[in-house]
Amino acid sequence: MAEGTRIVSLLQTTRLTKDFGDTHAVDHVDFAVTEGEVLALIGSNGAGKTTLINLISGLVPVDSGSIIFEGTDITRDSIHEKIARGISRSFQLVNLFDQLSALDNLALAIFSRDGKTRKLFSLSEADGAVRDEAVAVLQQFGLASKARMVAGGLSQGERKLLDVAVAYALRPKLLFLDEPTSGVSTREKAPIMDIITAVVRAGGITAVIVEHDMDVVFKYCPRIVAMHQGTILADGTPDEIRNNEQVTANLLGTQHHA
Amino acid sequence: MSPMLGPGRRLLVAAGPIVLALVILPYVVEPYHTVLLSYGLIFAIAALGFNLLLGYTGLLSFGHSAYFGMGAYAVAFAVKYLRITSMELSLVAGILASALVTALFGFVCVRYTRIYFSILTLALSQVLWSLAFKFFWVTGGTDGLRVPTPVLLGVSIGAGEDKMTFLAHRYYYYVLAIFLVAVALMWIIVHSPFGKALQAIRDNEVRAEFVGVQVWHYRWVAFLISGVFTGLAGALWVPLNGLTTPDILHWSFSGEIVFFTVLGGFSTFAGPIVGAVVFNYLKTFAVGYTVYWQMFLGVVLVTLVMVLPTGIMGMAARLSQKWRRAPAS
Repeated sequence: MAEGTRIVSLLQTTRLTKDFGDTHAVDHVDFAVTEGEVLALIGSNGAGKTTLINLISGLVPVDSGSIIFEGTDITRDSIHEKIARGISRSFQLVNLFDQLSALDNLALAIFSRDGKTRKLFSLSEADGAVRDEAVAVLQQFGLASKARMVAGGLSQGERKLLDVAVAYALRPKLLFLDEPTSGVSTREKAPIMDIITAVVRAGGITAVIVEHDMDVVFKYCPRIVAMHQGTILADGTPDEIRNNEQVTANLLGTQHHA
Repeated sequence: MSPMLGPGRRLLVAAGPIVLALVILPYVVEPYHTVLLSYGLIFAIAALGFNLLLGYTGLLSFGHSAYFGMGAYAVAFAVKYLRITSMELSLVAGILASALVTALFGFVCVRYTRIYFSILTLALSQVLWSLAFKFFWVTGGTDGLRVPTPVLLGVSIGAGEDKMTFLAHRYYYYVLAIFLVAVALMWIIVHSPFGKALQAIRDNEVRAEFVGVQVWHYRWVAFLISGVFTGLAGALWVPLNGLTTPDILHWSFSGEIVFFTVLGGFSTFAGPIVGAVVFNYLKTFAVGYTVYWQMFLGVVLVTLVMVLPTGIMGMAARLSQKWRRAPAS
């Protein structure tokens, strides 16, 4: 970075803390995300990755510390307010509207984003603009042929993609993807990540991807943040993470040691 | 055909012959049966409202007798204390009273889900029942309040017209018209973006929040609409019945609303309508046939849950699908 150049963080947490009983799930974490980047959050089970996302997205209340988004303190904002500001997320365990079609899952997100879910006396299918946008998003995620299928009837890989598509349809500025390839076969992981990263990059969306599969992380994410026992252990490029002794000892074992 | 007009057109095609049959019915059956059907249609309006909560929002209310009863008592109060005889004004009174009670009860209840929601709705409805029971100088207590034949659209009952004829013709058509409007309104509501948001809440409350749907707020509005539909049904019911008593506020009537919605099938739009009409005939038959009619209905309910968990319309939909898929022989 050239001296004097100032990179403004889209998101900055300061000493963010969450305890569950005696467990420090997130322990005074300073975490910054710069606009436009796609970064990975890695760590073993219980490292605090999902809790960090839950805190930032508003699913879990913060014990102490602060969250600044686009220069505004959003620490105590509701989920609804955070979504309105442009923070969206997908879930580790697929979280869809299972009895609605894939198309309706997306249409609902678009209606909500546009403030149209308050409309009581108009048929949702009559809104051509929303339908067209929902179809376009399905096409981007390779799910166009599944538009009329109920979400509960899709395969696990399709459900993971739809889960991300619903979060994407909100047109967020910052998108958290919590293990987008968990529960799918190794063969399906690369195609899913190809689609997700292509869509995210094409949309100019800043994305934070929580992922366990190191091959996926090293391939798709130019910046990696490693967490361990509620704290940030390392933050750097894939090569820096591969060569970081603490990360190697705690997270990677010998498999990825350069 | 544009796919967005599909459901509406399909409804019209399916409903057209049924509506026609309902229109000509008073000319082909005994007045008694027309009156019986009026009861069924009124209960169907209540069931439509109830199912907006159960089928579309995923909330099982055991307190809808409160809103039905409020509609009924509001009409009776309007007649007794304000000397109102116009049915239209009575309906306004019924709707306003049920909306007020629903808004208050809903404000408390929709903060909870599952068994907590059900118990709260039941408890609050029992409060109204006990008020109607104890404040007899206002409500008439167990004697209830009588409601005379109302004036429909400014026209009162004719000099030579007996009450049965009035109920089996003019009042039947009045109920039928309001029933059709209620069905159309509810159809639009459940197919609106708002209706989709309710279904999303039913399917996955957490994700609904994470697409920006304020779950509490939407549940409250759904509760309000549900209660108003049920209150409207109560207001239409009382002139037909001629009397309202605290029984209509009792939780056992809430149970009947649940019963006919389950009987018809809460996962389909038409299920509660069919269930209400069928239940009304079933109950009338059972009451006339045996003093153990509650036992009979209990057996029907148990059988229903075990054999037909998706109700009459759920089974009909399954059979229809099977029939369509069967290869032509």
